[in-house]
Amino acid sequence: MAPHEIRRPFKRRPISDQQKRRELSLLRQTQHRSDAQQRARNLASSVISLQSSSPDVDPEILSEAVPELDEGTESESSSFDVRQASRLRGPEARKWFARQLMLPEWMIDVPDNLSQDWYVLARPAGKRCFVVSSDGTTVSRVRNGSILHHFPSALPGGARKKGASGPANSYSILDCIFHESDQTYYVIDMVCWRGYSLYECTAEFRFFWMQSKLAETGACDPPSFYHKFRFSAVPFYNCDQSGLHSAYTGSLPYVKDGLLFYNKHAHYHTGNTPLVLIWKDESCSQYVIDTDNNGEVPNQQHIVLELQEEGKLVTSDDPPVPFSCLNADFVKESGLSSGSLIRFAIGDGGLKCVDGRFEKADLQYIGVSNRARAFADSYSKIMFQYMARHSPLKVEDLASTISHENQQDKPPEVDMSD
Amino acid sequence: MAMEVTQLLINAQSIDGTVRKHAEESLKQFQEQNLAGFLLSLAGELANDEKPVDSRKLAGLVLKNALDAKEQHRKYELVQRWLALDMSTKSQIRAFLLKTLSAPVPDVRSTASQVIAKVAGIELPQKQWPELIVSLLSNIHQLPAHVKQATLETLGYLCEEVSPDVVEQEHVNKILTAVVQGMNAAEGNNDVRLAATRALYMALGFAQANFNNDMERDYIMRVVCEATLSPEVKIRQAAFECLVSIASTYYEKLAHYMQDIFNITAKAVREDDESVALQAIEFWSSICDEEIDILEEYGGEFAGDSDVPCFYFTKQALPGLVPLLLETLLKQEEDQDLDEGAWNIAMAGGTCLGLVARAVGDDIVPHVMPFIEEKISKPDWREREAATYAFGSILEGPSADKLMAIVNAALTFMLNALTNDPSNHVKDTTAWTLGRIFEFLHGSTIETPIITQANCQQIITVLIQSMNDAPNVAEKACGALYFLAQGYEDIGPNSPLTPFFQEIIQSLLAVAHREDATESRLRTAAYEALNEVVRCSTDETSTMVLQLVPVIMLELHNTLEGEKLSLDEREKQNELQGLLCGCLQVIIQKLGSEPTKSAFMQYADQMMGLFLRVFGCRSATAHEEAMLAIGALAYAAGPSFAKYMPEFYKYLEMGLQNFEEYQVCAVTVGVVGDICRALEDKILPYCDGIMTQLLKDLSSNQLHRSVKPPIFSCFGDIALAIGEDFDKYWRYSMPMLQSAAELSAHSSGADDEMTEYTNSLRNGILEAYSGIFQGFKNSPKTQLLIPFAPHILQFLDSIYMEKDMDEVVMKTAIGVLGDLADTLGSHVGGLIQQSVSSKEFLNECLSSEDHTIKEAAEWAKHAITRAISV
Repeated sequence: MAPHEIRRPFKRRPISDQQKRRELSLLRQTQHRSDAQQRARNLASSVISLQSSSPDVDPEILSEAVPELDEGTESESSSFDVRQASRLRGPEARKWFARQLMLPEWMIDVPDNLSQDWYVLARPAGKRCFVVSSDGTTVSRVRNGSILHHFPSALPGGARKKGASGPANSYSILDCIFHESDQTYYVIDMVCWRGYSLYECTAEFRFFWMQSKLAETGACDPPSFYHKFRFSAVPFYNCDQSGLHSAYTGSLPYVKDGLLFYNKHAHYHTGNTPLVLIWKDESCSQYVIDTDNNGEVPNQQHIVLELQEEGKLVTSDDPPVPFSCLNADFVKESGLSSGSLIRFAIGDGGLKCVDGRFEKADLQYIGVSNRARAFADSYSKIMFQYMARHSPLKVEDLASTISHENQQDKPPEVDMSD
Repeated sequence: MAMEVTQLLINAQSIDGTVRKHAEESLKQFQEQNLAGFLLSLAGELANDEKPVDSRKLAGLVLKNALDAKEQHRKYELVQRWLALDMSTKSQIRAFLLKTLSAPVPDVRSTASQVIAKVAGIELPQKQWPELIVSLLSNIHQLPAHVKQATLETLGYLCEEVSPDVVEQEHVNKILTAVVQGMNAAEGNNDVRLAATRALYMALGFAQANFNNDMERDYIMRVVCEATLSPEVKIRQAAFECLVSIASTYYEKLAHYMQDIFNITAKAVREDDESVALQAIEFWSSICDEEIDILEEYGGEFAGDSDVPCFYFTKQALPGLVPLLLETLLKQEEDQDLDEGAWNIAMAGGTCLGLVARAVGDDIVPHVMPFIEEKISKPDWREREAATYAFGSILEGPSADKLMAIVNAALTFMLNALTNDPSNHVKDTTAWTLGRIFEFLHGSTIETPIITQANCQQIITVLIQSMNDAPNVAEKACGALYFLAQGYEDIGPNSPLTPFFQEIIQSLLAVAHREDATESRLRTAAYEALNEVVRCSTDETSTMVLQLVPVIMLELHNTLEGEKLSLDEREKQNELQGLLCGCLQVIIQKLGSEPTKSAFMQYADQMMGLFLRVFGCRSATAHEEAMLAIGALAYAAGPSFAKYMPEFYKYLEMGLQNFEEYQVCAVTVGVVGDICRALEDKILPYCDGIMTQLLKDLSSNQLHRSVKPPIFSCFGDIALAIGEDFDKYWRYSMPMLQSAAELSAHSSGADDEMTEYTNSLRNGILEAYSGIFQGFKNSPKTQLLIPFAPHILQFLDSIYMEKDMDEVVMKTAIGVLGDLADTLGSHVGGLIQQSVSSKEFLNECLSSEDHTIKEAAEWAKHAITRAISV
């Protein structure tokens, strides 16, 4: 038998630096492999179509003065994911990002099965924006696509900091409202997380994911060097009596601006959708009725419509709802062109509806809308505003709808035979 | 058939080179032409008492080498050849061997013992030579002492050679009985007793059943403990070796004996010969190892489902054990720090003390502090060194809370000792202790920092000064700096090291250039510290790191300038090349991404040129380091790495062909993955060559098995990079994947190591599938994959049912389910719905705690929903 000797490392590290280098390399390779796979998988699920009629045109040479691209010929669509889109510059970028938000319709009547199929949450007051974290930085863009903040964050890939929030190439997209007074991004929806697309997931899943994932990253921590703004997930409730009550009267760290209703089964649908609704009244919002540029409520309701070919004036809905027509000579005289956004006041004639559908409006021309606007008003917004001025939908109406539903749902009482 | 080989064997040991060479040639020829005759002649020579001792011993050795080899591949060949021999030859050889056990010459008997064990190692698993054990054991009591000794030695070797599961319990019992009786004090012959004790050491792995039986275990333990008191030092040492092995093999059976064992070991440590004392200390080190493992696994709680509970033997022994170990610290040898191979009682005792601290945590501190306080300022260097070592040993284990005050109080003293103590020994240990302080008590997880603005300057100044001290002290100072830097790993944008950065780098480079830098591993320690300082540096100092690039490149360039070097010098040169490539690798990773990337990439061409020249030198370590650095460079360079491919390709191929130095091969396989991700479809022109080599690697039984899983993953990398063009290789790779999948579907459940390997193999196979599915997606080639879907789903189902996959495999596996659904869509909707994976397994993953598994599962669920709904 060979002499048996046990000698242990003495005054030495158990792992040599060479071994450490080897292990770090392996770790890096494993990480990159899994990023590459993740990326391949995402091309399937998170591709967002960038509708562009002229993909070959350098976006840089499209200035604001050039007439807007004709939206009628959206035949060629090239596939873009957010990473590619983030390379877009100028108006092209704004246009692209502006299309990525899901826009609620205004609640002009109460949907069925509120208590079963819907969530309710109190919308924080502030700018609605789209927050993208990727490649070591975080960018927030407001609804019209322009940048609000460019900052480091604890979101995945949101800061140039090693190790902390996962693979360098992973990215996330959040639907947020920036609340000025506490400088916090309130997250109302989650669109992509760590490169994993949630577009085709139900709101039920997205909300669950949002509540569980956000805190994991440290994004909800107070601001620090690598994390400039705090994020916070907005609490949501099942839209039953108590949920509605909590959202409507509950005390929250932010100033409320109305209530948002999400259909639990709805996917994240970009653009206007009737599966998310906004509702406001005086007690849960300072801004029930639209204000003008000076913050005052004008005597008449103002609306913005888009001018189309042949003088047609339409809403931003898809398909657009025609509201009225402008005289061709007037269009020419005022230097208006197709695609212009035009502001009108609603005259004393008001809006005429037949069977709940709009039929005719008394419109008074004001002028071309503020250039910061990207869209015309939606049909539901015009209607909600009109109702708010005349016969608003009250919280009691919502509550009574719910309690009515509940009575119907209640199982018939049965006497036990024994 | 047998031949006279005496003269050949004597000639083969001749001093005359020509004679020797000729004899060796002839032996080799004989072996090749007539194996049976050759082996028979050797066995006959070995057994013949009339032959010279030298030729008999060499005959035994050559015979042994004809049965076994280190290299797996060769070993397999030799085993097959033995098994193919005719029965009569084998029986004759066996008879010769058994006869030799009674030879009067001890060396000859011992050689025969080893050969018998080798034959047994081949034959017992094949159910051949069934009578061997019985014939060895029959009449063992009547045998003359020298034959008894040889028989016991043979049994020991046999246990070492053969796996316990091929020996029947009845035979195991007989072996153990004979062995333990041979160890008994009643055995009058010391040679027999020693052989028996050493045989028990080998046989302990067979004694599972016997250790479960109280009476048998008591008996074995009593005999072992008695043997530790034998008047013969070798027997005492062998008996303690048995105790060491029992400590780790039968930890949970020891409670009853610990008091006695403590007394025996304490006496041995204090009074016995060093060879015995070292084993006695090792017993406690092994107990600590066991308890550290158990406590790590169960987080200190006695979990109901744990296999082995912690008995806290170390904690109970503290009051006696710690003073015992502290005493040993005072028995240092004068120049142990200068001798790489030194191992003595002070070193063993100190190491054990460190393990005790890890096993018991806070409890050790009060037992050690009085010793430190009393001795740290004594005039005798031995006392100061022992006190410092004791302090350094207990820094890992106890909580930061417990240590903070003590360490803060000691820091200034330590810095002073490192500068002013007259003893090299004390300075060495002091620098090491400072390193331990920084390793365990400095960093972002520690609430109150040890290093503050007030003392940072002083600490760094002292460490830098010590780098000019003797090589052994300077090496420890570099080590301390390594951990000092490491503690600032995640400090954020402003590092307290920034003001000293330039000075630290300069000093480390100066140390690396010291004339005596090759002593005490000093140069290695200097570059390792440099690497860590760079790794943990912040953006503030990136320009300084960038300035380091041409400096290190110049050094590497200098090592490549061809001078005639002696073998020894060349070896040192190669080691230095490895260190420099390692350093460049660290820098590439640091600077290879924005905002420093573009400034850094100006050096890329030159750097690549140097790496390619390193491949021209024959050194596995340097190759491996250069390869790793190239992988990092490829990642940084991205698609522009393509320009290096024409020149680099042949070295890539060379690396993939390096079976012997499998680390180089493994690293190269990883780099292929890096290049795939950097070049994407631009790698296509090289894929024929790479795939050919990878397929060869897979079918080779010479290549170390650990390289095979990464090769499969590499298939995935290639498929993902070249997409549908992978169809060229699909025909060759799919069957390989399939058969590997069948092999790995069921782990033999043999042991943890095997399960771990099986899981890494599964992971590789699954990553390959993922890459191929994603690569083929949206191309008409997906049709090719449809026939494989049932097999892949079955593979997923079977590894799920096996219930032994780890988290990594779980994540990859559920991802593959998604990829399959995503790529093949409705073609496989029905199949997927029938699989267990799409139900139980998916649900399990969906509710996993691990977010990466959960995400992969969400992806799979999503893809499956689409595949089914279409």
